[in-house]
Amino acid sequence: MQKLYMLKKFIQSLFTIFVVIIFNFFLFRVMPGNPLSTIMRNPNASEQAIEKIKKLFGIDQPMYVQLYLYFKQLFHGDLGMSFMFKQPVIQVIGEKLFPTILLVGVATILAIVVGIYIGIVAASRRGQKIDVISLTLSLFTYSMPTFWLGIVLIIFLSVSLNLFPTSGMATPGKVFSSSFGHMLDVAKHLFLPALTLSLVLVGQFVLIMRNSLLDVFTEDYITTARAKGFSEKLVTRKHAVPNAMLPMVTIIAINIGFMIAGAIQIETVFSWPGLGRLMYEALNNRDYPLLQGIFLIVSICVVLANFIADIIYGFLDPRIKSST
Amino acid sequence: MDYKKTNFIKQTSRLFKTFITNKMGLAGLCLLGFFVLMAIFGPLLYPYDPKNYGVGPIFSPPAHSFWLGTDDMGRDVLGAVISGARISILVGVLSTLLSMIIGTLVGIASGYYGGRADSVLMRLTDIFLVIPWLPLALVLTAILGASLWNIILVIGLTSWPGTARIVRSQTLTLRERQFVERAKAIGSSPGYIMRKHILPNVFPLIFANTVLVSAIAILSETTLSFLGMGDTTTPSWGMMLHYAFESGAASLGAYWYLIPPGLCVVLTVLGFTFIGYAFDEIFNPKLQRR
Repeated sequence: MQKLYMLKKFIQSLFTIFVVIIFNFFLFRVMPGNPLSTIMRNPNASEQAIEKIKKLFGIDQPMYVQLYLYFKQLFHGDLGMSFMFKQPVIQVIGEKLFPTILLVGVATILAIVVGIYIGIVAASRRGQKIDVISLTLSLFTYSMPTFWLGIVLIIFLSVSLNLFPTSGMATPGKVFSSSFGHMLDVAKHLFLPALTLSLVLVGQFVLIMRNSLLDVFTEDYITTARAKGFSEKLVTRKHAVPNAMLPMVTIIAINIGFMIAGAIQIETVFSWPGLGRLMYEALNNRDYPLLQGIFLIVSICVVLANFIADIIYGFLDPRIKSST
Repeated sequence: MDYKKTNFIKQTSRLFKTFITNKMGLAGLCLLGFFVLMAIFGPLLYPYDPKNYGVGPIFSPPAHSFWLGTDDMGRDVLGAVISGARISILVGVLSTLLSMIIGTLVGIASGYYGGRADSVLMRLTDIFLVIPWLPLALVLTAILGASLWNIILVIGLTSWPGTARIVRSQTLTLRERQFVERAKAIGSSPGYIMRKHILPNVFPLIFANTVLVSAIAILSETTLSFLGMGDTTTPSWGMMLHYAFESGAASLGAYWYLIPPGLCVVLTVLGFTFIGYAFDEIFNPKLQRR
């Protein structure tokens, strides 16, 4: 049963990635303004030159051969050349990977810890002032455009109070005497973008944790535990919370896609040199190969994260395996 | 028929009364009402021409002559906020409508026919759920070109999977009910059954879901516009924020240019979210048990 479940999820994930790749392939061929169409529209271009270019890009072949070649290239990690950087797309993306992982990682861990804590407090004091406040605040941050929250924080914390730098990942031109000094500088730059992203994420975690915990509180084994005379604190910590954590796994996985969306907005606002800002630049310059590459990499990461979450979920809740 | 009608009115008014007593529902209704009125009547009461450069000084803070100050080209911010309401809400409504239509069609067809059609449609739905939304929407708008209609199209095309899932599960239970069996027995076509018997019964569910999708649609429009995928000729709140940020209003501390359009988005979305939350509390019996 276990193996069958994993295999099924694995095939589903592979299929999704396959569809994304196909989508990417056709996208590149309908896009206006790629270098081929500009050259081919030029009336001075000779017949031979066009043929040569077609051969160079492989579009003299029938569609299925092109698709085969495209897959073959992908398999070798070749995502084409970026118009803007005149470098292989995979290399450009590789350079921007770390800043995004740092930003999203720090923000996510912060949001999970704080979200679970507030969710537990809110659920165990249902209907009281603290519950209403955290619920309203969660809905409020949930309704906010991520980029706007970032801008508001810049206006108040950076411009008015001058507490944090407004952009970049390090102070430009600064020479650091030690690696600790460098880390401190990066941390200072990281503070506002990470705070913004985790503020946006935390509301959702609070809502899920609260709902899930309230669900668990109605279960019979909780009533039993209470009847045994355990303190409310102990019941919550030992019996309710571990069971309420289950939905969090799924939500965190689903949120990986959302976090990347958040990263695009935040990196744009704070000029954070990661994948999100790279995507924004690629969009503005209509650098299609780069755009295509980022889209593919990001999609694969999200599919992978979902697959891992499915597997973890299967381990945590054995009922899942038999039902799907 | 008449009996049915009065019953419907009674039910609706009862629902409305429960809704009004729910604090969140009432707050949401007020918020949303305010912005809808602003979108409809605002531009009539407070005329504003976006081409009217230099009616005031550049980047001047709120004062008696300009209640919300002026922007980087000396235009009135208040006027821009009011006329932006129309576009933001229009895009929200139309893209929600499109998303609902696609979601309902996919959901009903998938639930009613079952079998192979169901598994193909649901795989498609899953794929749309997994692919990260913003990069997909950005790539699509970049290809189609940035215009108001394309933004509506892209949001509609990418936000339907949730609705499809909900409609499908409801259709699955309706399919087994007697009135559907009877309709089948007297030889009604699948199209007729879906239209006349299933759709009216999933409609309340679709309606409740609309509220949530609208909130997402407005946020999506704002985000796409901010990232430069908006329509430059008709500035929505998101487009205003784009111009404000590009002109360096943030580092100049020109809060009056950046706060109002963003706050309008937040409060509109919050209005939808509150209403959705109230619906959930009223309709979800599991929540009442707690």
